Amino acid sequence: MSKLILERLQAAFGDDIVEVSSFRGDDVAVVKPSRWVDACKFVRDDPRCDCGHFTDLSAIDRCDPRTDELDMADRFEVYVIAYSIAKKHRVRLKVRLPGDEPRIATLVGVWAGANWMEREVYDMFGVRFEGHPDERRILTYPEFKGHPLRKDYPANLAQPLLEYREGTFNKLGPFLQDEGMPLNRSPRSDDRN
Amino acid sequence: MAELETRVLGGGESGFATTKFELLLAWARKYSLFQYPFATACCGMEFFSAASPRYDIARFGAEAPRFSPRQSDVLWVVGTISQRQAPVLRRVYEQMTEPKWVIAFGTCASCGGFYDNYATVPGIDKIIPVDVFIPGCPPRPEAVLDGLMLLQDKIARCDRTPETVKNTQLPAGAEETLEKLYQLRMKP
Repeated sequence: MSKLILERLQAAFGDDIVEVSSFRGDDVAVVKPSRWVDACKFVRDDPRCDCGHFTDLSAIDRCDPRTDELDMADRFEVYVIAYSIAKKHRVRLKVRLPGDEPRIATLVGVWAGANWMEREVYDMFGVRFEGHPDERRILTYPEFKGHPLRKDYPANLAQPLLEYREGTFNKLGPFLQDEGMPLNRSPRSDDRN
Repeated sequence: MAELETRVLGGGESGFATTKFELLLAWARKYSLFQYPFATACCGMEFFSAASPRYDIARFGAEAPRFSPRQSDVLWVVGTISQRQAPVLRRVYEQMTEPKWVIAFGTCASCGGFYDNYATVPGIDKIIPVDVFIPGCPPRPEAVLDGLMLLQDKIARCDRTPETVKNTQLPAGAEETLEKLYQLRMKP
């Protein structure tokens, strides 16, 4: 795969492209948060990039709660995958956000399909999208506290909408801290037996 | 029931049988189960196949699905139930008219399966009472029919304690017969 899009991006944005990499045909460019919308508009509108097809938008929580600070400067990585149906090439643009109040401009004005994807990222990771027309949780419910795909959210912590019935039994044994997942399983021996 | 002697009357014979009204009613109920399939996940495919002519659920008087809870007797919960869906399932259950029964179809509906996380209800018995659990991921149609027969049995006994479908053993000699059939089929 040619690195055409990465070269065009670097020529147009210079130092605002923090990092580029290419692995087995996957071209990745990390953009500064201030130029996020501009870079996405560029790959959509530039005639040689022509990436009009919005494939996906999601996020990654890069922190390891065992070793890292939760408010590290580049904890969250929001990425968007754009594809050109005519030219059959794709590019992945990334932006790195701090763990403390991550926020980024919305892409709904660039690709309308980003609407629900950004709602999902907000729901799962708590990244706020400034200017989003309808910023609500999309998969969980309004009563939900926290953001379940953050690495510091306990993996088995449920927040039931309905109170559980009395007298039911739990079939799974307790997950203990010696499972090799120190912060992911909360030891809740009181409600599991 | 055990103390009653039952015998099919021959031609020209006449006789009578005594029973309790509840048992007669239960006997009638167990052969006219209108079902409400609450299919949410991949187990739904297995439910369709169990309801299709090959396995012929009509033999048990349970072939009529009703997509209104008010007209149905059995709630089949087929698949994973998420926390967000739990109030919907509870509402559907509450809308059913008495008498009503619930079957948890598959491991996810029975205990949450391998999901132990923020999203999934760890077994629908946490939110509604269940009569029969059918384990399996997904259960074979044979296990589904076992579950239905277990429910019929429970209805006939007027028994509401939750029960789980047990492993079935093949009858003696069945494995050799199956092997022979397999060989016949494999012949070019």
